[in-house]
Amino acid sequence: MPLLDRNGAKDNAWVISEDGTADAEQIIVAYAHVKEALAGNGRGRRIGVAISNTVKLAELLPHLAEIELVSITFPAYGDGRGFSIAKQLRNAGFKGTLRASGPLIADQFAYALACGFDEIELPDAHAERQPVEQWLKAVNAITQTYQHGFGVQNILDARRAARANGK
Amino acid sequence: MTAAKRPPLPVILLANDLLDGEVVFWTGRGWSDRPAEALIAKDEAAAFELERAAAHALAQNKVVDAYLVDVALDAEGHAVPRHYREKIKTEGPSVRRDLGKQAGQSNLVPTGH
Amino acid sequence: MYRYDEFDARFVRERVAQFRDQVARRLDGSLTEDEFKPLRLKNGVYLQLHAYMLRVAIPYGTLSARQLRQLALIGEKYDRGYGHFTTRTNMQFNWPRLRDVPEILDLLADVEMHCIQTSGNCIRNVTADHFAGVAADEVEDPRPTAELIRQWSSLHPEFDYLPRKFKIAVTGSAHDRAVIKAHDIGLRILRNAKGEIGYEVMVGGGLGRTPMIAKTIRAFLPKHELLAYLEAVLRVYNLEGRRDNKYKARVKILVHEIGAEKFTELVEAEYAGLDGPSIDADPQEVARIAAYFAAPAYEKLAPRSSAYETAKAENRAFATWASVNLFPHKVPGYAAATISLKNIGEAPGDVTSAQMRVLADLAEKYSFDELRITHAQNVVLPHVKQDDLFAVWQALVAADLASANAGLITDIIACPGLDYCSLATARSIPIAQALAQRFANQQRQIDIGELNIKISGCINACGHHHVGHIGILGLEKSGKESYQITLGGDATLNAAIGENLGPGLAAQDVPDAIERIVDVYLKHRKADEPFIDAVRRLGLEPFKIALQETLHAPA
Ligand code: HEM
Ligand code: SF4
Repeated sequence: MPLLDRNGAKDNAWVISEDGTADAEQIIVAYAHVKEALAGNGRGRRIGVAISNTVKLAELLPHLAEIELVSITFPAYGDGRGFSIAKQLRNAGFKGTLRASGPLIADQFAYALACGFDEIELPDAHAERQPVEQWLKAVNAITQTYQHGFGVQNILDARRAARANGK
Repeated sequence: MTAAKRPPLPVILLANDLLDGEVVFWTGRGWSDRPAEALIAKDEAAAFELERAAAHALAQNKVVDAYLVDVALDAEGHAVPRHYREKIKTEGPSVRRDLGKQAGQSNLVPTGH
Repeated sequence: MYRYDEFDARFVRERVAQFRDQVARRLDGSLTEDEFKPLRLKNGVYLQLHAYMLRVAIPYGTLSARQLRQLALIGEKYDRGYGHFTTRTNMQFNWPRLRDVPEILDLLADVEMHCIQTSGNCIRNVTADHFAGVAADEVEDPRPTAELIRQWSSLHPEFDYLPRKFKIAVTGSAHDRAVIKAHDIGLRILRNAKGEIGYEVMVGGGLGRTPMIAKTIRAFLPKHELLAYLEAVLRVYNLEGRRDNKYKARVKILVHEIGAEKFTELVEAEYAGLDGPSIDADPQEVARIAAYFAAPAYEKLAPRSSAYETAKAENRAFATWASVNLFPHKVPGYAAATISLKNIGEAPGDVTSAQMRVLADLAEKYSFDELRITHAQNVVLPHVKQDDLFAVWQALVAADLASANAGLITDIIACPGLDYCSLATARSIPIAQALAQRFANQQRQIDIGELNIKISGCINACGHHHVGHIGILGLEKSGKESYQITLGGDATLNAAIGENLGPGLAAQDVPDAIERIVDVYLKHRKADEPFIDAVRRLGLEPFKIALQETLHAPA
């Protein structure tokens, strides 16, 4: 499935291995197998986890330091739970990669980045209909927004800066 | 649209134009904003053709909300929806007889088709 | 009034360009109808029965003359010469083409307006008391709070794909004129024992299929903590709200299912983990917004104007209008005037472009360039000198805007119903018209006193029927329109949901039924007892009997 980030299309270095048995250096395991995958990770593989958007933050917290990627499933683009989970993970100090996986649309790209996602994994047909150029255009549609703590560009800070400059 | 949900015959096919919103009727060759031009399907085979036309038109991004409506035929043989909702939809607001199709108005921009 | 700075202006322009691009991508097939629909809804574009509908945000119901004139222009150029004010103080245009919407949005942006989040599963237009800044019982003007929330909630990256729509209302008074308990979040500004300003936070109100009254989850939230606390509430809702059934997706169902205590616990736990100061607006920003709502330059006037008293003595029609449609102003010598959009026989809340221009002129000339839209679908001139009231009234008479019925039985709230709305099960406007005609007599209306009739054309309850003293709900029964009557609803801080009086009625029987209900009240009321108090005292029984009599009356 195609992958993209804020710079455009991206190669997927991660191998999906539900039960963690695949012979690869970077694997994404199913949430049900994350404990055993981490416990049996003697050879220093990089481990990510795929979670549904109903998983509670408290359950993930104990493993966050060892997990390098969390892939959050968006069952439908209208289901915005993934945005809050991403935000909670960032608030909890998660420094790894955050991936949104599912039929998101280009107009959600900026939101996803602002909530802490790094990359989006799209179903094939979806990516065909909405090529990467559309995503890169859409992500810049709104240059500054009103919320503190969601991405770098915000109007509140810009106003403060303008005030400081005596404007 | 499945046959199971098909309303009783005879039926016509209506929809809203995607760009202009106007209620439009399938004439057999295209879409018209005039209810009198609606193709009236009086048997199963004709109704099935209407369903195919609906599916095709939705896929072409020309109209939205296309569905079959059961009608009665007036003295001139024109289709009049049986249900009060669809009747209002083909005429215009009952509280503003000066607006909508009943007043000869249409939002359809001819170049749209 | 709030004015856009360069950042607000750019934000709104970019949103217009974004919408234009979304329409283009719908047409070239990049976006399917299922993908596009939520996007157009989030920008206020519905598909109704006959045409698209565009809902323009009027944040907390405050408008300037220039803005109203622009709405008049849009009504003429892209609609059919009129617009409709809604119970959420927005304006709806019933006939725009989708292809014209980007141009309309440009025209709106020219006067610092937009359609952002007037529909869709996101945080909607924030409403407030329409007598903000006017009412004497006000602790603080609710509009700076509403404006702060408007900005914070606009294109919020985390909260634009909620389980369902989310409505916030703010009041700054002891008297609730904003129906805050029927909102997903209701905020009431108050002072604590130490005299500090803060909010009582109520969550989980709403009408629709399962009407509920909001519950208090924080008795006092210090003012500066607002945004971080809202973020916690919204995050809990976004994560926990039901998504399996759209009729159970509102926060009211979540609060109901897990209980207000558990909900509060979840919110407080989330809130405790947040870095509040990094989310909240800084004091300079709060002050910046508040400054826009500073009181206008009132003149020092005597509390009573002799010109006004003389005009009342000399003109009975004016005196009647003044006694019914004026609201006392906290500043001596001024009054707030309600301009009823409920002319007998017309669609509630509809206003022509010509009338909009008259209202704009009046606002400019007599009310510091300010208008308010009320949730009762009327317009208010908030700051009129008593000396000027007669001139204002004369201009209203000339424009057919001088109905003296604010708060009376013919000041009916009605949703568009099946005449426009594709979700409707029955019409509502004709019912409102028939009732207004039945009770048209001015003296009789005044005798009956305050009585709110609210009509919805389907279970979605856009016409607030649940909280009408008399509520009317239009349904379909065996292929015909049928109307259910509820009694005892209340939209104030004593919020209550009306109870069903009995089986549905045919449209033509509704005026008789309402008349019988009113007759029961007139027969049993004590001295000055208002309708709603009498209903509470008497209970439903006598009214049920009256309804039965209508059902069995000989045709
Ligand atoms: C004509 C197109 C309209 C459509 C399709 C529409 C749709 C809906 C729907 C589906 C609901 C129920 C939502 C829920 O409970 O989850 C609702 C509620 C509501 N609508 Fe509308 N509406 C329309 C027009 C209006 C108008 C004209 C008004 C004001 C006069 C209005 C004001 C409201 C209000 C106040 C609610 C309150 C229910 C609540 O918040 O719980 N709507 N609308
Ligand atoms: S209550 Fe029903 S009929 Fe009335 S506007 Fe809302 S959705 Fe339409």
